[in-house]
Amino acid sequence: MTRHPASLIPRVLLYGLLLIVFAGPFWAFLMTAFSGVTIAPGRLLWWPEQPTLENFRYAWVEAKAWRYLLNSTIVVLVGTVLQLSVSAFAAYALARKRFRGLALVSFLILSTMMLPDEVIAIPLFIVLGKLPLLGVSLHDTHLGMILPVVGWGFSIFMLSEFMRAIPADLEEAARVDGASDWQIFWHVILPLCRPALGSAAVFGFIMIWDQYLLPLLVTNDESLYTLPVALATVRADETMKPAVFIAISVIAMLPSILVYLGLQRSFNRGLLAGAVKG
Amino acid sequence: MTSRRPFAQLMTRLTPWFFLAPALLAFTWFKFIPMAKGLVMSFHKVGFGGSDTFVGWHNFERALTDAALRDAAGRTLLYVFFTVLLSASIALLLAQALQGTARHMRFIRTAMFLPAVTSAAVAAEIWRILYAPTPDGVVNSLLGLLGMGPQGFWADPSQALAALVGMHVWKHVPYDTVIFVAGLAGINSELYDAAAVDGANAWQRFTAVTLPGLAPAITVICTLGFIRGFRVFTEVYATTGGGPAGSTEVVMTQIYKQGFQELDYGFAAAASTLLFLFTAALTAVYLAWRRKR
Repeated sequence: MTRHPASLIPRVLLYGLLLIVFAGPFWAFLMTAFSGVTIAPGRLLWWPEQPTLENFRYAWVEAKAWRYLLNSTIVVLVGTVLQLSVSAFAAYALARKRFRGLALVSFLILSTMMLPDEVIAIPLFIVLGKLPLLGVSLHDTHLGMILPVVGWGFSIFMLSEFMRAIPADLEEAARVDGASDWQIFWHVILPLCRPALGSAAVFGFIMIWDQYLLPLLVTNDESLYTLPVALATVRADETMKPAVFIAISVIAMLPSILVYLGLQRSFNRGLLAGAVKG
Repeated sequence: MTSRRPFAQLMTRLTPWFFLAPALLAFTWFKFIPMAKGLVMSFHKVGFGGSDTFVGWHNFERALTDAALRDAAGRTLLYVFFTVLLSASIALLLAQALQGTARHMRFIRTAMFLPAVTSAAVAAEIWRILYAPTPDGVVNSLLGLLGMGPQGFWADPSQALAALVGMHVWKHVPYDTVIFVAGLAGINSELYDAAAVDGANAWQRFTAVTLPGLAPAITVICTLGFIRGFRVFTEVYATTGGGPAGSTEVVMTQIYKQGFQELDYGFAAAASTLLFLFTAALTAVYLAWRRKR
């Protein structure tokens, strides 16, 4: 590929345009959130005017962003850890064991991936109100927002795909040394799966952080709202300055962006695995 | 010793199930039971305090003849069609310009990807501001530069759906682009050289080498986008809420309202079941087609 100077200018223009369209709004949100000037609704700034932390202070304290962030953090941290553990267990059985019922289990898990969560929203709401067998209600609890996302077919299949590629010799060697299944899983398989675990964790984090319908189903209690759901409630307060609301939006968008930027390599690996395998 | 053998054998046989148990439990409770319950509900008039009455196919008849639901289905179809088509076409073009592993290229791809990792609720707030219907709103200012008057966007029933498609495309183009860039990297560069030797121009190289090379990626993106798009909810609920004047009501917002505002669970469940059957049929066709390949 040869580079002609003449083709450089349209290229640079294209890159500039792409950055403005796709990243520009994030930049402008960040800058506006740090601005002390009064801005009209619907306006954004490219550069902070009268830089201040006041919008964040107001968002954090008066608009109770801390509470929504706390809710989101509890749900996303506990949810990701549980989801990752459950997926790794299941993936181990699917990838490294041959047993009667394997095909059926694979099919059932695959079918959950094809089932849109939205379709079961109403029965799920009822089930969460009175959990079968236990009879307890998960309405108005963090657990109600966590448990339904613990089983995630995408994560299970991504991990089992990876585990299947681990040579059987390693497992055999450990078994000859008298290692139990649990020890093999914990000391042989898991350490080798670190890259895939990273991908599954990043995807799980973003997936759980994005949950919208589920928290909406689980609670009507504002003090339990996660950040994405709380945005609409906060916006309804018309006395609030637009810049404060923008600051809350920044708080709501930063965690997934930071996780993405920090673990980009893991993210891209998972993205391509998911897209190619469908 | 002999008595231990069957026990050990049993344990070996049960091992996979120990590892699968947590996942199966989670799926049973939060996917399969709700699914079965939804199916049962769609044949009942659901009352409160356990007073359900069996009504046969009544809810399905209502759902299939409901004018609002039918309109919503048509709107969803339009929405999905244009979202998938526009995102895939734009991404296909962008991917050509964003290939390569150069440092600045990776920076641009990373920055461009931000909309894809942003939650739908946050994207909704971003676009609520960009789409401000005032003359000095962000998108309106840009349109003003092109000599166009201020538009209403989500405030205007004739534009609201198109404006929603615009937001969704913004969120999907980055994702599709990354997939296409990866697809392009997998195309044998000798094919391009061969085409160049044969005197093919850029367009011919695109249609003869790039498009066939990307065919699997294009199919995956379009089919999955199509199947997943039918359940669009957050993007609509968090922005227009189906308004103004019902102009952006899609299937899921309609079901949600029937369920949680009208408390007509039976109807909502029947409509959900229909949506599920539709999605499942599309998925089955897609999987069968893929297996044939």
